[in-house]
Amino acid sequence: MPPSDQSARIGALYQELILDHYRKPRNKGELPDADASIPMKNPLCGDEITLHVRFGNDSIDDVMFSGRGCSISQASASMMTQLVKGKAFDEVETLRHRFREMVMGNEAAADDASLGSLRALSGVARFPARVKCALLAWNALEGALETRGG
Amino acid sequence: MTRRADFPLLAANPDLHYLDSAATSQKPRVVLDAITEFYETSYANPHRGAYALSVAATDRYDAARRTVARFVGIGDPDCLVFTRGTTEALNLVSSSWGRANVGKDDEIIVTALEHHANFVPWQQLALEMGARLRICELTPDGRLDLDCLSGLITAKTRVVAINHVSNALGTINPVAEIVRMTRERSDAIVVRDGAQGVPHLRVSFDELGPDFYAFSGHKMCGPMGIGALLGKRELLEAMRPYQMGGDMVEFVHDDRTTWNALPHKFEAGTPNAADAVGLAAAVDYLDSIGMDEVLRHEQSLVGEANERLSEIEDITIYGPPPTERSGVVSFTLGDVHPHDLATILDGDGVCIRAGNHCAQPLMRRLDVSATARASFYVYNDREDIDALVDGVRKAKEIFGHAAV
Repeated sequence: MPPSDQSARIGALYQELILDHYRKPRNKGELPDADASIPMKNPLCGDEITLHVRFGNDSIDDVMFSGRGCSISQASASMMTQLVKGKAFDEVETLRHRFREMVMGNEAAADDASLGSLRALSGVARFPARVKCALLAWNALEGALETRGG
Repeated sequence: MTRRADFPLLAANPDLHYLDSAATSQKPRVVLDAITEFYETSYANPHRGAYALSVAATDRYDAARRTVARFVGIGDPDCLVFTRGTTEALNLVSSSWGRANVGKDDEIIVTALEHHANFVPWQQLALEMGARLRICELTPDGRLDLDCLSGLITAKTRVVAINHVSNALGTINPVAEIVRMTRERSDAIVVRDGAQGVPHLRVSFDELGPDFYAFSGHKMCGPMGIGALLGKRELLEAMRPYQMGGDMVEFVHDDRTTWNALPHKFEAGTPNAADAVGLAAAVDYLDSIGMDEVLRHEQSLVGEANERLSEIEDITIYGPPPTERSGVVSFTLGDVHPHDLATILDGDGVCIRAGNHCAQPLMRRLDVSATARASFYVYNDREDIDALVDGVRKAKEIFGHAAV
């Protein structure tokens, strides 16, 4: 593909917002009273994230993440924690599916205001090798929600 | 001077800067043609048919073995066992020789510089047999600490498994010296992972003197799916076959089986003759350049890349000086994750590897989760270095917008 197209895609991927979350991640650290702590690894690049979640009755009470990785995985985790904190489980599930659709290239999902600042990651869809990075924290979130059983 | 024209994929993509040859090399036209020509003129199942075509296929397979054997300096071609690659060759040794000869409280030595293929099989063998895995540490500049190694080798040592050239850093590790140290202190076998050795250096198995040496075809201009294990005849003959099936047997009685002669004993099933023919063509191609020239070319590129990258602020380059390395530059750029660096470089057609390079024990010791690795081969030139350096500067610029 022509280098100029690729260059534009690179620009779309590494937006200021993403680099800001990479350098100053929100909700990063341990959560001592977490109900679930789910480690998730991407052996390809050595990234590892552990997501710590404390459940309320029908919502996510608190969520933090620890670990290290590339800008995409870290920004995705950072923005995800901001978005899902305090949200009801069924709403979180909807967002999780919506985010997955977006990084898989669904353009309607990329315009969906419910994803908030995470829409900045829609450019990942153009980089199949990086989709897994964007999904790392979300896969950990799925694992955390599964520990609730039922 | 440029050899790009010999490689159809590179010739068709003039803007592509392929700097991932340590992962796998591109293929010259002569190799692709040799494989096609084999399928079109000499294809049948070797060793099976009484008809002329099968004999022709057998002849081509045998000739390929002789060509490759000559290239790696093993006088007895029957001691060259074709495998799928280095990984299978190393697993063959650890499974067959290892299970028969390593016991409880014996020791196996590997290094912190190994690819997982020369680390995990030995670790698992040690766990299975109740043996102890000892790990030779590195000097601060990424070379084997030979004092550490000599201290580890004792009468308990059964295996010394060390790469010839590090895939992650490019470090060239001595072979003859390690063999000598091992022989002085133990009756251990010396196993060398030559996946990054044979493609870049002139190798003579008989002169270097290890007991086993493994390599892959796809990293040396040959096709995927073919490689070899070189072994000492007395060891190979005493070993139990690694896989059972057709071609590797002599007599199959109802209650027992006797084994075919070397190398067939270790080549169960229909052999990968077409890719052996392709590998022989790759060997001829490298010979036409000359292995001394291959290394000289790589080291000149690595020297220049090293110098120009090190001028960039916040760059860290890992490993010994370029003169002690083959065609690899392993580096990081400030807090820019190597994976991001690789994506940005890819945007400009520069293919590098980012990750742990199948060397997690090494990454832990370097205290990084990953590095970026540019690796050079016969078809690379200064334009590739220009593109690499420009790409790294661009990554620095993109990430520079956000304050650290």
